Amino acid sequence: MPMDFTALRGLAAGNPWGAIWPELSLGCLALFLLVLETGLPKSMHGRIPLVSIAGQLGILAALLLNFDTHYRASFNGLLMLSPPGQLMRVFFLISSILVSLLALRSLAWQRVPRVEFHHVVLVVAAAMMLLVESRNFVMLFVALETVTVGLYILVSYYGSNPKTLEAGLKYLVMGALSSALLLFGIVLLYGVAGSPGLAGRTAEAMQYGGLAGFLEANPGNFMASAGIVLVLSGVAFKIGAFPFQIWIPDVYQGAPTPVTAFLAVASKGAGFVVLLVLVTEVFAPYAWLVGPVLSIMAAATILFGNLAALKQNNVKRLIGLSGVSHAGFILLAVVSVASAPVLATGAVYFYLYAYMISSFAVFGVMTILAGPDDTEQELGDYAGLARESPFLAGVLACALGSLAGIPPFAGFMAKLFVFVAVFRAGHYGLLAVAAAGVALSIYYYFGWIRAAYFSDEAAISPKTAERARAGAGLTLGIALVALTLGSIVLGIYQGALGTWMSGH
Amino acid sequence: MSALSLDPLLISVTAPLAVALAIALGLPKRWVVKLAYAGFGVPALMALDLWWQFGAAAKEAHGYAFMTAYSTGLDRLGIGLKFGLNGISLPLFVLAGVVGFAAGLYAIQSKAERMKTYLLLLLVMQAGLMGTFASVNVFYFYFFHELALIPTFIMVGVWGGRDRSYAAMMMTIYLTVGAMLSLVGLVAIYVKSGASSFDITVLRDALASSPLGEFTQTHIFGLLLFGFGILVSLWPFHSWAPLGYGAAPSSAAMLHAGVLKKFGLYGLLQIALPLLPFGASQWSHSLAVMAGVGNVLVIGLVTMAQRDLKQMVGYSSVMHMGYAFLGIAAGSVLGAGGVVMLMVAHGLSVSLLFLLSTSVYHRTHTFDMDRMGGLAQRAPVLAGLFVAATFASIGLPGFANFWGELPIFVALWNFSHWLTVVALTGTVVSAVYGLRAAARVFFGPQSEAFARVTAIDPATDIAWSERLPALVLVAALLFVGIWPKSFSAGIDHALGEAPAAAVAGR
Repeated sequence: MPMDFTALRGLAAGNPWGAIWPELSLGCLALFLLVLETGLPKSMHGRIPLVSIAGQLGILAALLLNFDTHYRASFNGLLMLSPPGQLMRVFFLISSILVSLLALRSLAWQRVPRVEFHHVVLVVAAAMMLLVESRNFVMLFVALETVTVGLYILVSYYGSNPKTLEAGLKYLVMGALSSALLLFGIVLLYGVAGSPGLAGRTAEAMQYGGLAGFLEANPGNFMASAGIVLVLSGVAFKIGAFPFQIWIPDVYQGAPTPVTAFLAVASKGAGFVVLLVLVTEVFAPYAWLVGPVLSIMAAATILFGNLAALKQNNVKRLIGLSGVSHAGFILLAVVSVASAPVLATGAVYFYLYAYMISSFAVFGVMTILAGPDDTEQELGDYAGLARESPFLAGVLACALGSLAGIPPFAGFMAKLFVFVAVFRAGHYGLLAVAAAGVALSIYYYFGWIRAAYFSDEAAISPKTAERARAGAGLTLGIALVALTLGSIVLGIYQGALGTWMSGH
Repeated sequence: MSALSLDPLLISVTAPLAVALAIALGLPKRWVVKLAYAGFGVPALMALDLWWQFGAAAKEAHGYAFMTAYSTGLDRLGIGLKFGLNGISLPLFVLAGVVGFAAGLYAIQSKAERMKTYLLLLLVMQAGLMGTFASVNVFYFYFFHELALIPTFIMVGVWGGRDRSYAAMMMTIYLTVGAMLSLVGLVAIYVKSGASSFDITVLRDALASSPLGEFTQTHIFGLLLFGFGILVSLWPFHSWAPLGYGAAPSSAAMLHAGVLKKFGLYGLLQIALPLLPFGASQWSHSLAVMAGVGNVLVIGLVTMAQRDLKQMVGYSSVMHMGYAFLGIAAGSVLGAGGVVMLMVAHGLSVSLLFLLSTSVYHRTHTFDMDRMGGLAQRAPVLAGLFVAATFASIGLPGFANFWGELPIFVALWNFSHWLTVVALTGTVVSAVYGLRAAARVFFGPQSEAFARVTAIDPATDIAWSERLPALVLVAALLFVGIWPKSFSAGIDHALGEAPAAAVAGR
């Protein structure tokens, strides 16, 4: 029997594999690392992570040189290639490069396999890129699970530490729960969108466009509302928004510091872009529901994150909870998208970049100062840092200043954009919460700077002093300088990024 | 025009920053001091040069001269680096240059530990000060002010005196709360005006043709009043100031109390009054009562009760800010002009007092005035300078402060008789504590404690490293005191346009 090749050919023509070359090259690079491990003699294994970093830098350079500014649906609507998608590709690549760099330092303390760590980081980065480009719920779920499964491995990578194992278990259980919520929501939406009795019913409900059409025709359907709330809850787990932030402090503390950074920055960033796409492209007809839900979530997230961070002594928990409050700020921008679309969308991306730059600088300093026991890093360990290493203390102060939202750092511009967007959208109450949140956050961010700077010689802990004097090393040092300068430059001169986000 | 190479305003901001960056990147020690002189000297020279040229310079919209603009990529949001000076910002720009130079000289000559970091932070602060008063764009006005927040925190906490850790934290939280309130207020003006620009000239034009509604004006002015008010230590939000200044190292205290604190008053005068005249009229009575009764009377009495010299100077600066608020509340051109003069005069005199108190401390090893006495015999020049600073601070004619207070009192009389009486009582109070402090420190018999200190470490007269910055400040105080017109002409011109409309609207 002759097969109907024309239909297949038609489908295949819609699969422009070249369009996802960054994801493919990351995947190939990841496999190549494994090949190298089996092929190379043991003495050369130390170089394999450097191959990974060099490869990623090459992909990053190629991405920046071929920055595609068109909107193109590809893979028959599964993926959407767009300028924001490109921005996020760059975002995930920079994150994975920095995670690999931090891992060089952190893995040296542990007796664990090296190459597999770098391999998984690459796979997760590629999956995150697909995640933010997906415009189909099945695609979304598959990409999300790839990310999450990779992170399950990474979170419990230092398996000899009981705190790390605990973190791994918590992340597994919570991750499974959030996936279940998300999936349940998707199924509800799919089911109700296909029910024959309703206007605008569609068989294409897995496709964002198809579902959006159905929702438009039925604004106020109870089943659909329930589905939307469940999907939002599933995403809220990923971004750590109240009341789904409970896993954050324990997991952040237990995970290896580079993985904590990956979770805090890249995984959160992916969650926000997914949320933004869902809110603007699919759930827009349900703004009456999504708006209030996200508003309450945002306010509670900011307040909870800041209040809980006030009394933290473990810096990994502290940065985790402060990250919760940052999630609240980005949620504010997402909430404002309905009324001030251009600026609010730009604010989300700018905030993510600013947050990435400053967070990685902080995580870099943390990685350098952390010893073999990665889970116990107290504020007290920072005593005397400024005396022992003015460089690390300076990097830390600049990064914390940026996270606190103080000029001239990028964090300030990010907060300002959010403020303007929220004000334009007319959410005065949320603005008041945000302003209070900033004031609260000063206490713990500056408390950290205080720990690093204000101490007498007597208070310096010998362990920290030794590691601080050993310094950052060349590669990590260059990365930290680049991050600090990047934060200042992005805070003063936004250039093309600013032009794009203020009116694309 | 090739603005980049010629713009003195940009240079005065970037020069200190460039030196700070060089220090951060590991400049060798012997170069640090030389370049630091340049970092503090260049802005001062630029400021004096611009002041000299201002009268003859071509004026653009709203009396601004020397305008230059640089795009940072956010033109569509109306955010861009735009520099310029008008009659109100020029005196403060000069003040920032002069006080910054004096504080820089003093810091370079001081024997602070970890000198490189100290100078680096001070230079960043200096750049922020110059930028604040040179900015025509309200966004950058705020931006440059906040540049000083982290340096101040670290300087107070590391090089500060008693209670430094607590003082640094408290000061920073207060300042952030104030800054957040004013930021929300500024964003509110930006959005509500519909101008989509933070450029003050654009905002003024937009709001002159279509003013905001009364309800909106009242609320936004309230935000700005309390936001800026906290930054200027408006009673009852003043408690950070004496504590922070008491603990801060002198150069930081000089820059902060002398110049940076004027940010809030400047914001009210340059932004809030002209843009929100109705809001200002609604709040003027509450402001006048808070400032008159709270800052002037209550804090005046508190100042009298201080035994600690540096705390006393800190409280006195809170008290003098009360006069400035009263001038703003009075709402006339005369009052507002007096406020600008007072800002300059107070900036000079309070930084002089902070500098001299530290000089006293180096000789007595205490700030407790009961444990001093008779220092004039050992340090006659120091005594002379201190008495001069005290006279200036009280507002005796011949010093700049007189030309600030006199117009404020006259304007206040037209606004409220009883508050004028309160304010005048305040000058008596300030004379009492000022002169009593001079007497307790320098004259009369030595206290036993001080005699014991001098037995071990005989006090000498003021050294050149302290004398030079002090003389710069005294000279500036006398110059403005004798020739106030050097600034008041420009102030008059600038105020002639905007706040007059505010008065007419009432």
